[in-house]
Amino acid sequence: MAYSDKVVDHYNNPRNVGALPKEDPNVGTGLVGAPECGDVMKLQIKVNEQTEIIEEAKFKTFGCGSAIASSSLATEWVKGKTLAEALEIKNTDIVKELSLPPVKIHCSVLAEDAIKAAITDWKKKHEQ
Amino acid sequence: MVKLPIYMDNHATTPLDPRVLDAMMPFFKDQFGNAASRNHKFGWEAEQAVEAARKQIAGLIGADPREIVITSGATESDNLALKGVAGMYREKGDHIITAVTEHKAILDTCKHLEKEGVRVTFLPVASNGLIDLDDLKKAITDKTILISIMHANNEVGVLQDIREIGRIARERGVLFHTDATQSIGKVPFNVNELNVDIASMSAHKMYGPKGVGALYVRRRNPRVLLTPIIDGGGHERGMRSGTLNVPGIVGFGKAAEIAAQELPQESARTFALRERLRTTMERELDELYINGDMQNRLPGNLNMSFAFVEGESLLMGINDIAVSSGSACTSASLEPSYVLKALGVGEDLAHTSIRFGIGRFNTEEEVDYVANRVIETVRRLRELSPLYEMFKEGIDLKTVHWATEN
Repeated sequence: MAYSDKVVDHYNNPRNVGALPKEDPNVGTGLVGAPECGDVMKLQIKVNEQTEIIEEAKFKTFGCGSAIASSSLATEWVKGKTLAEALEIKNTDIVKELSLPPVKIHCSVLAEDAIKAAITDWKKKHEQ
Repeated sequence: MVKLPIYMDNHATTPLDPRVLDAMMPFFKDQFGNAASRNHKFGWEAEQAVEAARKQIAGLIGADPREIVITSGATESDNLALKGVAGMYREKGDHIITAVTEHKAILDTCKHLEKEGVRVTFLPVASNGLIDLDDLKKAITDKTILISIMHANNEVGVLQDIREIGRIARERGVLFHTDATQSIGKVPFNVNELNVDIASMSAHKMYGPKGVGALYVRRRNPRVLLTPIIDGGGHERGMRSGTLNVPGIVGFGKAAEIAAQELPQESARTFALRERLRTTMERELDELYINGDMQNRLPGNLNMSFAFVEGESLLMGINDIAVSSGSACTSASLEPSYVLKALGVGEDLAHTSIRFGIGRFNTEEEVDYVANRVIETVRRLRELSPLYEMFKEGIDLKTVHWATEN
């Protein structure tokens, strides 16, 4: 399968790889996918409580090149956005940006799910 | 410096040996005759060349040249063996025994035959990839006409005990077919020593050309008869009509001759390279799992799971090396390898599997390059892998509740 230049770039130079402390009240963690399905994404955000702006984002992904690129791109996009803005990122935007072929659309769906899961986790921490 | 890209996918196909090409060339040029033309020099030359090649092919497997039926390749050979026996022995019975790890050319042919009323038993395999001979014995009924069990598996390289399978078949008066596409030319294969009645083979898996293969069909003790699946001019003793692919057959013959001469040294050499690859990677990386039995295995095969690193992403990182993966993402069906599944390899590990196929033209230098590239890429991708991180934290991934809403 031929990959787009952008996928190759994210694969070779993934942005924001790493981990944030899970227990930090300002960190939201999203873990989506399953090893049996061949894709697991962990996306973490650090959010400013006052402004609800995502100040930092980190990811780790088990999956194909497109999955790695989708999550790498997702961390780039959420950084600097408010939670409300980040929730508006659609998988189709990722598909477009990375020129993903139809068989790889599920990678973009997973990245969108990861963003949402991280935000949900953060919000849960702040309900209490 | 090694020359890139490196080809290490010799189970998919093998490069043409230059000596084979040299043997073929005249038959693309001046000696273009039809081997079935009986009344001029062009035909005679072609026929002579085909008969010489048939002798070389028979010689490699200890057969009589008259027992070699030329086909277009192993898929056709498998089809002819199964459909040919099912058609010819319909009066005697309607039951075939095979195994779940067979090549699709066998499995899909069996499914086709099931639609025509043939009953098929698909034997399971143990975690080492081998069938249980007791299962086989129990599966035989008085309606069983054929046992078809492959010699070497194309994914995990595991060698079934076909000598014993053949013995059991003979004892019970059942014909025995083996798909020996991956093994002939790589390990010793003698139809009499191994009690084989019918065997499929292919030229392009042994440094010959694509588009030509053969079916060994025993003539004596027992004499095997097959209903043809291609009708026409009655070529190949009526079992396979169609004008013979003379250059291809000549190349197949030459490839068989070379394989027969060089097999002992070559299998020792590919085995040493395989072990060098395996031990280098095992020294540098943790959490590696070998798929399939290590004792009964093709010398050049290594099928390994690199836990926590998805196969397609690994292939992408070593894109100057040609190998293949059992990952779903690399298959058209988006399903992980059915062979690994049959061995009981979990889907999580199936997604991380890579098949290395070392062949005649691979060098030690290439093996070292491949090992180093794999080691460095696996390390890099594990840094990226949330699963490796969790594993290192001591989390049992089997107990994690995975959110799979998509």
